[in-house]
Amino acid sequence: MPHLVLDKISIHYDGQPAPAVERVSITVARDDFVVLVGRSGCGKTSLLNVAAGLVAPARGTASIGGRPITGPGSDRAVVFQNDALFPWLTARENVAFALRLRGVRPSERARRADRLLDLVKLGDAGDKRIWELSGGMRQRVGLARALAAEPQFLLLDEPLGALDALTRERMQTTLLDLWTASHAGVLMVTHGIEEALVLATRVVVLAPGPGRVVRTFEPGFSRRYASGEPIRAIKADPAFAAARGELTDAIFEGEAA
Amino acid sequence: MTVTSYTERSSRKIDEVDGLSVPWSPPAPKRKGVSARMISAITILVVLAVWALSARLQLVSPVFLPSPAAVWNKFFVVVRDGFVDATLLQHAVASLGRVFAALVAAILVGVPVGLAIGISTVGRGIFDPLLEFLRPIPPLAYLPLVIIWFGIGEPSKILVIAIAMLAPVALSTASGVRGVSQERINAARSLGATRAQVVRHVILPSALPSILTGLRIALGAGWSTLVAAELVAATRGLGFMIQSAAQFLVTDVVVMGILVIAAIAFVLEFTIRRIERVLVPWAGRE
Repeated sequence: MPHLVLDKISIHYDGQPAPAVERVSITVARDDFVVLVGRSGCGKTSLLNVAAGLVAPARGTASIGGRPITGPGSDRAVVFQNDALFPWLTARENVAFALRLRGVRPSERARRADRLLDLVKLGDAGDKRIWELSGGMRQRVGLARALAAEPQFLLLDEPLGALDALTRERMQTTLLDLWTASHAGVLMVTHGIEEALVLATRVVVLAPGPGRVVRTFEPGFSRRYASGEPIRAIKADPAFAAARGELTDAIFEGEAA
Repeated sequence: MTVTSYTERSSRKIDEVDGLSVPWSPPAPKRKGVSARMISAITILVVLAVWALSARLQLVSPVFLPSPAAVWNKFFVVVRDGFVDATLLQHAVASLGRVFAALVAAILVGVPVGLAIGISTVGRGIFDPLLEFLRPIPPLAYLPLVIIWFGIGEPSKILVIAIAMLAPVALSTASGVRGVSQERINAARSLGATRAQVVRHVILPSALPSILTGLRIALGAGWSTLVAAELVAATRGLGFMIQSAAQFLVTDVVVMGILVIAAIAFVLEFTIRRIERVLVPWAGRE
C-alpha cells in the first residue's frame, strides 16, 4: 500500500526572511488519520498544500508510493475550510464533478453520486442547490465530492473550522465514518484540540518560528470509535481529559503564558 | 431607481414558481411615509406638468417645445403612417437589429479577450492597453475613420456600436475571471481537472454573473451610440428618424423619438435583469 511521504520538507515563501517550515517529515499510511495541530504560523496549512501539490517545497520531497508530487492530482482530494462548491451545480452534480471530468456516463455518475450522498447522510438533498444547504450540509457535500474521485488520500484543511460547535460535534463522527468507508489515508489540519484527539490515529504537534515538529501523539480514541464504542462515552473517559491536557500543554509549550 | 425596485418585486414571483424557501434578496426595510418610488413618480408628474404648462402658456414657441399632447398624438401618427418612409416599428426594428448584431459581435470578441486578460499575463499585456485606449473615445470621434475604412453600409454602423460595447464586455469578463476564488480552482484541480477543464467548468461559470453585468452595461453603451451610428447614410432607425425630423424642425417627432429610445432602453435593462435572475440565481448569495 502506497504511503504519502513528506520527507524533510522546508518551505520558504518569496519575500519572507525566514522559512515557514523547516525539515518536517510526516508519513501517512492508507489506514492513518494524521492530524496536524499547532499555533498560528506553524506552517500546518503550508505542509498540507505541499502534499496537495499546490505549494512547492524549497527543500525536501513529497511523494506518494515513491512517485514525487509535482502538482495537484486526483489521487489526493482536498477539502477546504470554505467548501469551494460550485453554486451553478446541484449537490449531486457537485459530487459527480470528478466523474464528469473523467467522462463517466451521466446515469452512472448520478448513481455513484447518490451513493456518496447517502454515505454523508444527504441522500435526499441531491437536487438541492448549494445556497439552500446549511454550512454542515455544504461541508458534507464537499467531502462526498472529494471521495467521488476515489482518492488514496484525503487532505482536509480545517474542514470543520467554519461550522458552529454543535454541527462540528456531529461532523466528527461523519469524518470517522468516511475515513473507515473510503479506505483513504487522511491528513488533516485543525485548530480544535478535542477534534484532533477524537479523530486522529496520530497527532503531530507543530511549533512556529520556523514551523517544526515538536511532538507526536497516538491517542487511539478513533480506533475505539471504529470498534464500536460511542463517541460520548469516549469523550467522557478520564483518559480523554488527561490526553487533552497533555496535548494542550504540548501546543503551548515554550510560549510565554 | 425604478429598475431595481421592479426587479426586486418580480423576483418574488420567480421565487414562488421555483418553490424555493430562501428569499432571493433581503426584503427592503419598511419605511413609514413617502417611499423613493413615490417621490420618483411625483418628480415625473411635476416635469410633465411644467412641460404642459409652459407649452399651454406658449412660454416657448411650439416649434421648439411641442406640448405633451402633441407628442403623444404624434406617437400614434408615426406608428400608423410612419415618418420618412418607415413606420415607428420599422425604425425601432432597424435600430434594435443593429444593436443586437453589435452585441453578438462584442460577445464573440469581448468574452475571449476578457478571458485572456483575466487568466494570462501575456493576454493582459496585449489587450489591456488596447482596451484602455479604445474605452474613453467617443463614438463620434472614430465614426469618420470607420467610414473611410469600411464604407457607409450597414457593417460600419454595426461596427461603431460594437466598438462601444467591446470594452464593457471584455473588462467585466476579465474582472469576473480575476474574482474567481483560488480555493474553487484548487478544489477542481485536486479533483483531476486539467487547465482547460478549469477554464471551462470553473472559471467561465464563476465569471458568468460578471459577464452578464458587462452585457447589460454594453447594451446601454451600444444603445446610446445608436444616433451616432445612424448619422451616416441610414434610411431607417430611431436615430435616423430623429435626425431627419430635426432637419425639418419637426420637433414633436424629435421629442417622441427621444422618449421611445428611452423607453426601449428601460425595457432592455429590465429584460437583462430578468435573464440574470434565471441564468445566475446564485449571484450574490454564495
